[in-house]
Amino acid sequence: MAFKEIELNMGPQHPSTHGVLRLKLRVDNEVVRGVEPVVGYLHRGMEKLWESQTFHQIVPLTDRLDYIASVSNNLAFVLAAEKLAGVEVPKRGQYIRVILTELQRLASHLAWVGFMANDIGAGTVLLYGFEARETILDFFEDYAGGRLTIHALRLGGVPYDLTPENIALIRKVLDGLPAVLKDIGRLLTENRIWKQRTVGVGILNAADAVEYGLTGPVLRASGVNWDVRKRHAYSSYDDFTFEVPLARNGDLYDRYRVRLAEMDQSMSIVRQALDRLPDGEFRAKVPRVFKVQPGEVFHSIEAPKGELGFYIRSNGTDKPERVKMKSPSFINLQSLEKMCVGNLFADVVAILGSLDIVLGEIDK
Amino acid sequence: MTPFVAEFLIPVAKILAIIIYPMVMVIVMIWLERRVVAWIQGRIGPNRVGWQGILQPFADAVKLFFKEDIIQSKADKFLFNMAPVLVMFSTLLSFCFLPLGEPIRIGTYELKLWVAESPVGLLLILGLSSISVFGVIFGGWASNSKYPLMGALRSVTQILSYEIPVGLTVLSVAFVSRSMNLVEIVRRQESSHIWYGFLLPVSFVVFWISAIAETNRAPFDLPEAESELVAGFHTEYSGFKFAFFYVAEYAHMVLVSSLVVVLFFGGWLPPFPNVKALHFLHILPGFVWYLIKIMFFLYCYVWIRGTFPRYRFDSLIRLVWKWLIPLSLVNLLVVALLGSVL
Amino acid sequence: MPAASADDRRLQDVAESLRGRFGDAVVETFLGKDGLIVRLRPARLREALTFLKENQGFNALQDIIALDNMKRGPAGLGPAGPRFEVLYQLYRFPEGLRLRLSVEAAEGEELDSAQPVYKSADWAEREAYDMFGIRFAGHPDLRRIYLPDDFEGFPLRKDFPLEGTKRGL
Repeated sequence: MAFKEIELNMGPQHPSTHGVLRLKLRVDNEVVRGVEPVVGYLHRGMEKLWESQTFHQIVPLTDRLDYIASVSNNLAFVLAAEKLAGVEVPKRGQYIRVILTELQRLASHLAWVGFMANDIGAGTVLLYGFEARETILDFFEDYAGGRLTIHALRLGGVPYDLTPENIALIRKVLDGLPAVLKDIGRLLTENRIWKQRTVGVGILNAADAVEYGLTGPVLRASGVNWDVRKRHAYSSYDDFTFEVPLARNGDLYDRYRVRLAEMDQSMSIVRQALDRLPDGEFRAKVPRVFKVQPGEVFHSIEAPKGELGFYIRSNGTDKPERVKMKSPSFINLQSLEKMCVGNLFADVVAILGSLDIVLGEIDK
Repeated sequence: MTPFVAEFLIPVAKILAIIIYPMVMVIVMIWLERRVVAWIQGRIGPNRVGWQGILQPFADAVKLFFKEDIIQSKADKFLFNMAPVLVMFSTLLSFCFLPLGEPIRIGTYELKLWVAESPVGLLLILGLSSISVFGVIFGGWASNSKYPLMGALRSVTQILSYEIPVGLTVLSVAFVSRSMNLVEIVRRQESSHIWYGFLLPVSFVVFWISAIAETNRAPFDLPEAESELVAGFHTEYSGFKFAFFYVAEYAHMVLVSSLVVVLFFGGWLPPFPNVKALHFLHILPGFVWYLIKIMFFLYCYVWIRGTFPRYRFDSLIRLVWKWLIPLSLVNLLVVALLGSVL
Repeated sequence: MPAASADDRRLQDVAESLRGRFGDAVVETFLGKDGLIVRLRPARLREALTFLKENQGFNALQDIIALDNMKRGPAGLGPAGPRFEVLYQLYRFPEGLRLRLSVEAAEGEELDSAQPVYKSADWAEREAYDMFGIRFAGHPDLRRIYLPDDFEGFPLRKDFPLEGTKRGL
């Protein structure tokens, strides 16, 4: 019996689309022939809104873009604005920013591994990952008062200093994480079923990955050594020693291993930053009315999802003329069709999960 | 013991028991699963409704009972309604053949702890489980919707494929015990002083894996995985009909666990019958041992669910056709050869 | 700092190659805070992008940024030039060189689509169309990406009110 191609619709309400994403799938007897993502369900008009907000006011709004890793959004924006205005952040402030950003990267990857495993059926890992993430969120609550969208950074530095209690809490969090990662590794890394679901699935080779403009762990899993923290070090990242995990095959298993290895590196960076935390100011004096001379700048950082960039054009007032966000998930999602076509339908969910997208970032 | 009691009341009581016993086991099973999976995942699970949450399944049943029964306008009403009935019916009927213990003497009457003893009880149970496949097909087809249809096709392929190793391994047990009568099989394990799980370990392992796949349980639960096809062939079912499918799935699990215990682990026999020092174990009646063993396998079901990711469909099919079927064929051959030689 | 000036030198080389190849289609090049800025006339956009990608090795298009310069002219009334400006943020990997290509487009004027050259331009151009109404010739499927297909108006234009219009949603 020949089955003709059927068109299936996944979402926008679906347990596994990581937000309100709609996928129009063309499936021929379990094999995927076409995938068309439809986005825009979470479009909030951020860029229009930013044009009527002062630079200070924009910072907490950026939290809501990639809401799983809000500190990274803050960092990208404040760095771009500071570059444009020529503000120099004191060393202590930079180090604290690194600590917060790397902790946020850990939280984001823990959430990712939980969601990815849950999509493939290992529900236990979801809870282990989230339980570990809770410890990090507890620290954020202690430091900045919020768990998810925390507004942890300010123009010129960070809002509060790291007290000895904060530092002790961070060390405690870091001490508890390796055990969780080991458990998750034991449940997944050598598991036959996990490997069957991820090895050789959703392969994207290095040339295609660069062609499609991919960034982040997905690109590194395909073997391309591209990490903004290394090449265009910002906020004192060149003071720290860390490796950039790479893989060769560009399949889902490699993306999993790259992110797990990145978590180890993040923990190491935070420890280094804590050990060598310089004294001094943690925030540069920045006027309340933050006027910026006319000019433009594009600045990007290595966010957990990929390369996150902001383009700002200023017009001499304290409100920007135009702010555009380069969202890594937006670009990464375009490669979904390339990775899914020819694979089985059941893999679509896994491949989508491995891209680690956040709709808030895609839709702005 | 008047003929009225012996030939009417007691059979009626047994029939009622056949309906109640699986239901009770299902209720325990639902509760067990939610608490154990929660414990594996570092959570607590339902613990408010009744002592330690034991009344939670009742609360769920009541909720499902009061839900609106939605049938799609284009659905084939007859098949749509028939599907859960078929699945439930075939599963419950299989319980008739399961022996729970040695017959009990009440005066001159021997109360047999099974509803029916058939010389081909094993075959009948296998046949009945094949009928439940129709329920799955009807459910998926009659829903008139793409997701359930795809889920039903996958389910059916999975069930039919895994019935083969089930049949072959069961055949090896029948060969060794020279009978397809379930009561006989247990008695043979008693007289040969070894449980078939230890005599035929390959049969046991293949049977256990195939049985998990037959019952659509993790890690073989792709057809009903939430993250893939919403809920597979029972996506469009709501309310009580959904409850039927749900309960039937758990009843099937209980049935399969009971089969494993009867075929491979001595049914109602206490362990270590040869060891004199452990004869105190015989205090517990056979029925209790039977329940303990079933609970162990049900626990294993839940344990496996909480630990492993899900098999993708093609790996699942490859597993059965490339590994389990050849393995069970070779196993049967070896058992037959050794059996005729020794 | 030696690293910065090595980058600067490479970028200067790129600027020279561009000027050499495209002559006065190149309006201006200068080194900004974040790489080389090149202003180009729109007529040779596709050619320039292909040249930059294949000849100069800029293998990644990171973003397409559209702007509405409606208020820019003297006294904020009307544009001093074409209304829209479209920026192409390019990157050369692995050296890590940034280049921003800027073209201006009048209202209603179509620009060449970058999609045949850089695959990542696909959705970025749809976004520019959705928000500003700029059309790209040669784009395989130019339609709105965020807003519903029957939305009227282009929100990021300066004359579109922040609160929205009734004709929109």
